[in-house]
Formats: sequence, C-alpha cells, structure tokens
Amino acid sequence: MRWRDAAVPLAIFALLAIAPFIGFGQGYSLTLLARAMIFGIAAISLSLIVGGAGLVSLGHAAMLGIGAYGVVVLDHARITEAWIVIPAAMAAAGAFAAVTGAVAIRTSGVHFIMITLAFGQMAFFATSSLSVYGGDDGYTLYNRTELFGTRALEGRLFFHFACLGLLILSWALVETLLASRFGRVLRAAHQNETRARAVGFEPYRYRLVAYALAGALGGLAGVLLANGAEFVAPAYLSWQRSGDLLFMVILGGVAGPHGALMGALAFILIEEWLAHLTEHWRLIFGPLLILCVYFMRDGMAGVLRRD
Amino acid sequence: MTEPLLELRGLHKSFGGLTVTDDVSLELRQGEIHALIGPNGAGKTTLIHQISGTLAPDAGQIVFAGEDVTRLSLAQRARRGLARSFQITSLLPGFSALENVALAVQARSGSSFRFFRPALHEAALNDQAMAALTEVGLERRAALPAAALSHGEKRQLELAVALAMQPRLLLLDEPLAGTGAEEAERLMRILGELRGRYGILLIEHDMPAVFALADRISVLAQGKVIASGTKDEIRADPVVRDAYLGDEEAA
Amino acid sequence: MNTTLLLIQVLNGLQFGILLFLIAAGLTLVFGVMDFINLAHGVQYMVGAYLGATLAAWTGSFWLGLLLALPATLLFGLLLEFLVFRHFYDRDHLSQVLATFGVIVFLNQAMKALFGTAPLQMPLPEALNGGIPVMDGLLYPTYRLAILGAGLAVAGLLWFLVERTRAGMLVRAGASNAPMVSALGIDIRRLFMLVFGFGAMLAGFAGVLAAPILSVEPGMGDAPLILAFVVIVIGGIGSIRGAFVAALLVGLVETLGRGMMPDLMRLFLDPSAARQTGAALASMLVYIVMAAILAFRPAGLFPARR
Repeated sequence: MRWRDAAVPLAIFALLAIAPFIGFGQGYSLTLLARAMIFGIAAISLSLIVGGAGLVSLGHAAMLGIGAYGVVVLDHARITEAWIVIPAAMAAAGAFAAVTGAVAIRTSGVHFIMITLAFGQMAFFATSSLSVYGGDDGYTLYNRTELFGTRALEGRLFFHFACLGLLILSWALVETLLASRFGRVLRAAHQNETRARAVGFEPYRYRLVAYALAGALGGLAGVLLANGAEFVAPAYLSWQRSGDLLFMVILGGVAGPHGALMGALAFILIEEWLAHLTEHWRLIFGPLLILCVYFMRDGMAGVLRRD
Repeated sequence: MTEPLLELRGLHKSFGGLTVTDDVSLELRQGEIHALIGPNGAGKTTLIHQISGTLAPDAGQIVFAGEDVTRLSLAQRARRGLARSFQITSLLPGFSALENVALAVQARSGSSFRFFRPALHEAALNDQAMAALTEVGLERRAALPAAALSHGEKRQLELAVALAMQPRLLLLDEPLAGTGAEEAERLMRILGELRGRYGILLIEHDMPAVFALADRISVLAQGKVIASGTKDEIRADPVVRDAYLGDEEAA
Repeated sequence: MNTTLLLIQVLNGLQFGILLFLIAAGLTLVFGVMDFINLAHGVQYMVGAYLGATLAAWTGSFWLGLLLALPATLLFGLLLEFLVFRHFYDRDHLSQVLATFGVIVFLNQAMKALFGTAPLQMPLPEALNGGIPVMDGLLYPTYRLAILGAGLAVAGLLWFLVERTRAGMLVRAGASNAPMVSALGIDIRRLFMLVFGFGAMLAGFAGVLAAPILSVEPGMGDAPLILAFVVIVIGGIGSIRGAFVAALLVGLVETLGRGMMPDLMRLFLDPSAARQTGAALASMLVYIVMAAILAFRPAGLFPARR
C-alpha cells in the first residue's frame, strides 16, 4: 500500500470522527453520514472483487439485501443480539455469494456481468414474494439490533461511531487481503490469467473465496442499513442499487478500497445535494454518471494521484 | 537408462479440417536440451500448448515423469514441474520484476490461502525470487514494473519466472524471438548454463543457436515429426535437408 | 389444474417469450457484433411503448400509432448511439455497463417528468378486440394471438436477413472478425449503426405490442431487459437461433412456474406455506434454470461460432 493511498482514507476517517462535534451532530446530518459510511462498506466490499479480482458484479445489492433480510428474519423471531445477528447475516450473504458465485465465476467478461445481474434479480423477486416479511411493502423492525442486550445502537452518536469503526475495519481488511498471498494471486489472475495458471494457480478457487468474502462484507453493510432505517424492503436488492454500487467503485477508482471509499461518500453526498435541488434530480444524475465514466478513467483516486 | 522425462505418444490435434498435430511421438530425456524445429506453421507452438495444458489433444497421451498428465490442467501440470515460457511475452505488467518471480515461488511454497500477512514482505519468497533474477542477470532491475523492462529483459524475466518454479522440464517457446544480438547472446549463455539441471524443450528459429545449444533435435513439418536425432544425424538427414534445412546449410 | 388452464398458460408463456425474443434479438446482435453491452436496450422497449401509446392517442388509431412508432424508435436508437454509445465502443465492459446504466437512470426519470408516474393506456385495435375459440369453451384473446403471430413473422424475417442476405452475412462476419470485415472495405461503423438501429426498432416494436396489455410506466423496460439477458446467456451470445429457443423457454418457465408452483408445493406443504414457498420458488425458477444450463454449458445452448 502506498502512503498516499492511505493518507486520503485516514484523513476521511479523521473527518468522520470529528464531524459530530463540528456542526454535523444533528439528526439529519448524522443519518446522512451513517448512510454514506454504510455504502462505503458496501463499495469497499465490492472493490475487492471488481478492483482486486476483476470480476464486474452487477448483483452486489443482493448481498446487502440478504444481510438486511437476515436482520428481518431474526427480528421476526425476536432475536436481536448483535453477536448473533451480525455473524448470521454475514454468513447468509456469504453463502448466497458462494453458491451463485460457483456458477457465475465459471464464466467471464460480459457473461459474468449478466449472470450476477440475473442472480441479483432472483434474490430481489424472492424477497418480494415473502409475504411473512411484508413482501413488496417491506418490513419495519421491532427494534434495532442490541449489543450485549443493551439498546446502545439506538443512540445516534453511538451508531455513528459503530459505523465508522466497521468502515475502518472493512477498509483495513480489504487492504490487508489484497496485499496478502491470497490477494496477490487474485491480482495476478486479474492482470494475466494465463500467467497465473502457468505458474500453478487455479484462479477459480481464489475468485470464489474472494466473491464469498465480498458477499459477507456486503451482508455486514446490509445489517447496518437495516438498523439505520429500522426498515427493510426488496428495493434494497434492486438492480439499480447494484448499478449505484458499481458506480461508486468506478467513481472513486478501482485501484483499491480507498477509491471505493471516496466514491461512496461522494456518491451519497452528490445524490443528497441533487435531491435537494429538484425532484427530478436523476435527470442530472444520469448524464453526470455518463460523463464521469467517460472522463475519469481512473476515478477520483486517479485524479488525486496525478500531479 | 532411466525413463524419459517427457513422452508424447501419438498426439493428434486438428482444428476443423486442418490437422496441426499428426501422430506426434517424442521422447525427452532427463537433463537434455531437445530442440524442436520446423518451418512456420509446422505446428510447433500448438504442440507446446498441448504439452503445457492450454490445449487438449484430440487423441494421444502425454506422459510426464512417469505420470499420464493428458487430462491435467495447465496449473496442475505446472505444480508437477512443467514450466513454460511464452512466444509472446506473458508477464504481469503491473507487478515489479521481483514480484513476477515471487509469485512463481509462492506457487510452490505452501498454501496461498493466507489472508493477512503482506506477501510483499515475505523474505523467503523474495530471496528465492532474487536468486532466480540473479541467475538471468536481472538483479538490478528487480524493483521495476515488468511493463517498464526492455523487450530482451522481458524475455529474461520470463525465464526467471520459469526457473523460480523449480521445474523438471522447461518448455521454451522461441526465447530469443525479437531480441537484439547482445541480448540473444546473453540468453544463450544462460540457457547453456541450465543444461543438465533441467530437461529443456526448445523451440527456436535461430539455427546457429539451435545447433549450438541442443543435444538432440526433432524436426516438425506439417504436424508430423519427420526426423529426430542428434545434431549430426539431423544435419546429415537427407529428408530434413530436403524439407527444411537444405538451402540454408548449403549456403 | 385442468388442460384448459394449462393451454392458456402455455399460450401466455409463448406470447411472453416472443416479446422477450424481440428484445433479446437486438441485444444479442449488438453484443455479438460490437462486443458492446447495452443495459439501455430495455429503455428502447419502454420508449417504444410510450411512443406507441402517445402516437395512437394523437392519431386516434392503433395502427397509425404502431406504424409511426417504428421509425420513431429507430431514430431514437440512432440518436442514443450517436450521443452516448459510440463513445464507449472501445472502452471496457465495466465502463459500458455504467454509461448505459446512466442512460437508463436519465430516461426512466425523463418519462416520469414528461408523463407522470401513472400508467398510460393504449386501447386495443378494434379488429383484434375479442377472442378466438382455441378449443371447446375456451376463448383466447385475439390480440395475444396476434402478438404471437407477429413475433413469429419477425423471427422468420430476422432469420432470413441474418442468414440469407449480404448485410446479414457481413453482420455474422463482423461478429467473428471485425478487423477482417473493415479490411474488405466495409465501413464497420455504418454496419454497427445499422445493427444498432435495427435492434432498437425490434425492442421498440415489442414495446408497442405490449403497450395495450401491460401498463406503460417508467421503468417498465428494466425487468424485461434482465430476462432478455437471461435469454441471451442461455441461448449463447450472438446467436439468433439461441435467443429464439431460450426466449420461448424463459417465457414458458416464467409463466408456467408462477401458475403451477404453488399448486405443486401443496403436495408437500400446508396451503399457506405452499403459497409462500411456491411464489418464492416460481420467481426464482428462471434463474435456477439458467444456472443449471450454465453449469453444463457455460457458453449457452447455441454458442455463436467464434
């Protein structure tokens, strides 16, 4: 990891840590910041497979959604302890990723994009048809996830720092994974698959593990998303959400999780700002997205690195 | 005599109606440099693809060190000690020269399902990678990204990667292709030093280089092995002279 | 479930499959020939439906609406190609996905801004209003049969164009070797535009056909787009024949699954659980079929010659 790649995220983390005390402490700002951080985690998880492994998934929202529905299923059964909910939701998302990935990763390129999109849609329709959990209308949580039986996560400030802590952990985890032996094989197979095979690696196994890990981490973001809104709906799994996540990664730059982090924060803030301007903010957002992709080939991280 | 290191038995491969490998049988002994020559389109590279595992033969058998590897993947064969270099340089452009080689060391040094320790700081991997780089004379370029190396240096790096795999057999597809006179000379010296330590199957167009390096030579034409033997046998073989060497040698 | 109901379901499935084919055909050609992944192909279907409904309302005639909507969708497709898509032909798939995603975001919202969120209605043409007895005591809507017929006719025409004409030969050659075709002195960009415009028009045609029986609303192209992706993945990218077979398969599986799954589940579960799992399974069925096919044939049923 280059020093400059770490400098930007560290500065962002520091800013997020002091934000509540420098004028962003009211409910609205904290909700927005939490949302930005949660999507930061989601984008970082996606960057592991897009940037690291070169697997362009257009179905990542399903991982968030399954994490969120993990909270719903347990909430319905009145199980709300974080130490049960979080591992269970992450395991569910990771398992879904492992099963669908086992099929999808056999293919590559545009096939992979379409198949992940299709599996994402499958998860979307499956949650829509679960009328026990509200079907299309969604499900309102009885209460937020509890920490050691306490309602700590209901405190806005506590939730802010919980999100921040998990964001930092996710970033550090993905950085570490990419720098490890495992990550080196992933990156090598991304750059030149034949070369990786020729020295003795089967990229499939590494990619599948990365895909499942990214799914589990996406599930974590889903748990937080459910808690932040205290509400979960199939819209969390919509394919447009997957597109948004992919855009966050590209906007920031695929070179590493720091790019995804920047991209997610920028995305949520731009979205919020535009939505304040006009009801039809998507009319601006769509062309903006196209222009960003066209002009910023290496994302924000690339712009920063250029001297 | 011990069993051959590599044995091809009746390999066949065709694309559509075009037969590119026609009943090829070949033996490569431990420690020898065996050159495979033949005109363009004779099917040399296709044969290397089948031996290394990137192409499946339609029929026939590939036996490596006494084991039938015909159905094994490229990666499985690599782990058994079959290393190949590519005719068109195939490296990891964004990795440093050292990391290109370290990846090959990593492939045979324990599990790569290790998730936390930074691979870049694993001394055991780096030391062995550096040794391979030194062997091909690239130790001063270790920190450069592979993309920044000259063409000749990339060929050297390919060789270093193959060596770092500690293979039993090297498949070298035109290692001298596109190199300048000086670079070619250096590569030839390196290859000569490898004799006896590895079995080497060498595809090369540079005839002086082939006759300088090879212990034995097989000649491929239109997918068939038309002759196989020592340098002198090949030089004297009328069929070969006719089909391939003829004019060059006379000149 | 009795045979009458089953027959209706089968006809519905085939008709849905034909619509999917019209969308998938353009998508698979555009991808096969240009190696360009176009998520915004679904909005062509939506735009077709809106244009059809609006033009029919203006002219007071379904037929005029249909007739005018076709060139209009063609022009619209070419306009998108000119403004956005062509600037991304030489970029990676990831950029193409996002750029065309941006087009969807914009156009879905544009439809909301222009027409509001309430669905538009397109009246059935007088001549096709009513039913045709397909068996004893079963009237099947004439219009749905007409969709089936029109779709089959277009499929036949498409097959003829691609397999039997010089332009079609170039399209097939371009799919397997674009540089070779440009070396022959053919303007590959013009060929691309031709394929693009034609594909857009087919999707628009599907949109107009569907307008009278589905609600015309923003985002209506998204779900068919994803099913069209499933179709071309199953059928094999670049293959018209594959798209046709897979589209009918997907249409049938989707329709029959929704109709029969809950009943099927009742054999194993109590009624309420059966309804739940049946509905969930039915909605997943198409994707499970896709996964099963890909597990055995990763390149699809009819991989295009490469």
